Amino acid sequence: MLTLLIQGGMDAFLDYLSAHVLACLVPAFFIAGAIGVFVSQASVIKYFGAEAKRILSYSVASISGTVLAVCSCTVLPLFSGIYQRGAGVGPATAFLYSGPAINILAIVYSARLLGLDLGTGRVVGAILFSIIIGLIMAFLFRKEEKQKVKQALDLGIPEGGKRGYALLIYFASLIGILVFASQKQWILTGISFIVLFSALRVWYSKEEIKEWLLATWGFVKLITPWLLLGVFVAGMIKTLIPETLIQQWLGGNSLQSNLIASVFGALMYFATLTEVPIVKAFLDMGMGRGPALALLLAGPALSLPSMIVIVRVMGAKKAFTYIGLVVIMATATGMMFGHFFT
Amino acid sequence: MKKIEILGMGCTRCNQLADRTREAVKELGVEAEVIKVQDIKTITNYGVLVTPALVVDGVVKIAGKVPKSEEIKKWLEEERK
Repeated sequence: MLTLLIQGGMDAFLDYLSAHVLACLVPAFFIAGAIGVFVSQASVIKYFGAEAKRILSYSVASISGTVLAVCSCTVLPLFSGIYQRGAGVGPATAFLYSGPAINILAIVYSARLLGLDLGTGRVVGAILFSIIIGLIMAFLFRKEEKQKVKQALDLGIPEGGKRGYALLIYFASLIGILVFASQKQWILTGISFIVLFSALRVWYSKEEIKEWLLATWGFVKLITPWLLLGVFVAGMIKTLIPETLIQQWLGGNSLQSNLIASVFGALMYFATLTEVPIVKAFLDMGMGRGPALALLLAGPALSLPSMIVIVRVMGAKKAFTYIGLVVIMATATGMMFGHFFT
Repeated sequence: MKKIEILGMGCTRCNQLADRTREAVKELGVEAEVIKVQDIKTITNYGVLVTPALVVDGVVKIAGKVPKSEEIKKWLEEERK
């Protein structure tokens, strides 16, 4: 039995390495490194202050995961800070929900491995529903929010980061490489490379380039071991769980399969990106595409350890309301998606 | 005796910061205790949003970035004067 399990894990592992699935992540790692070094975090975080306009807070909260949540461990302190000292419960929960789902690595990896429809569904679902969850939370707890003493946010973050054209052209060329390489448009990929190198030569110092490469390598070191472990576990799942069980519980697009998928996702802990190969394994075994999206939405946003922290920050009542909303929203999004895309 | 706190919930970059700080303390021979703070409420009370962060004697020196060893040493020294 045990040898069978390990065999399953190893098979999946080798399959991955030979299929170059991870190669699609290489440009994404470089982009993540670039975001970490050159985008000023302070310029984003100022929209989470107590004085910031509501509409701005919500929109920034729903999309800023791309910039701020490249590592899942940064999400909880930010959430706690926005909740206690900044814009309050609405934007804080919006950020908590969408943050882990929309970082650049998660988007690229989901789209490549699970299909463009699920990749896009994940991004759009996370952004839209984070705003809805945030608004509902803010509405339910509007009285308590008023009593909270607003404190100024002391950022303690160095300003900096590049601005303007230099940044724009640099990121556009990186994204160009990512997109064109995945489409096998080699001429356009080459052009993007030339643009990138010229941009680096003209606007960036050696010191900055070094910092960027170091940050990129940092992400590779941080994420790759977890990812390989996830692939291994996904392989073991395939051997361990009978397909009929998956088809029965997670197949199709019924309310039941979507709900099971989202509750399972909410309880399980997924380290950065590991949810993707695991969902892929489930899909191969007969999981419906709706439930797959439900799991992808509820999964990284919640886990038992993160629930404990959330309870500690917001108190049990708000925390469980939030958890309930996440499960309901993920289920609903999954059902809608499954309805249109199966 | 200095009190140096490393704020962060156990991510790789926090450990990196802790290692660098301990090294700096050793090299300078400053009397200091280095504590890792993982409690989220304490972190938030410092007003820190992005971890890891370095706090020397209750003052936040940097957040969201692992500083270079020279920078850490500078902070440790300027406090001593």
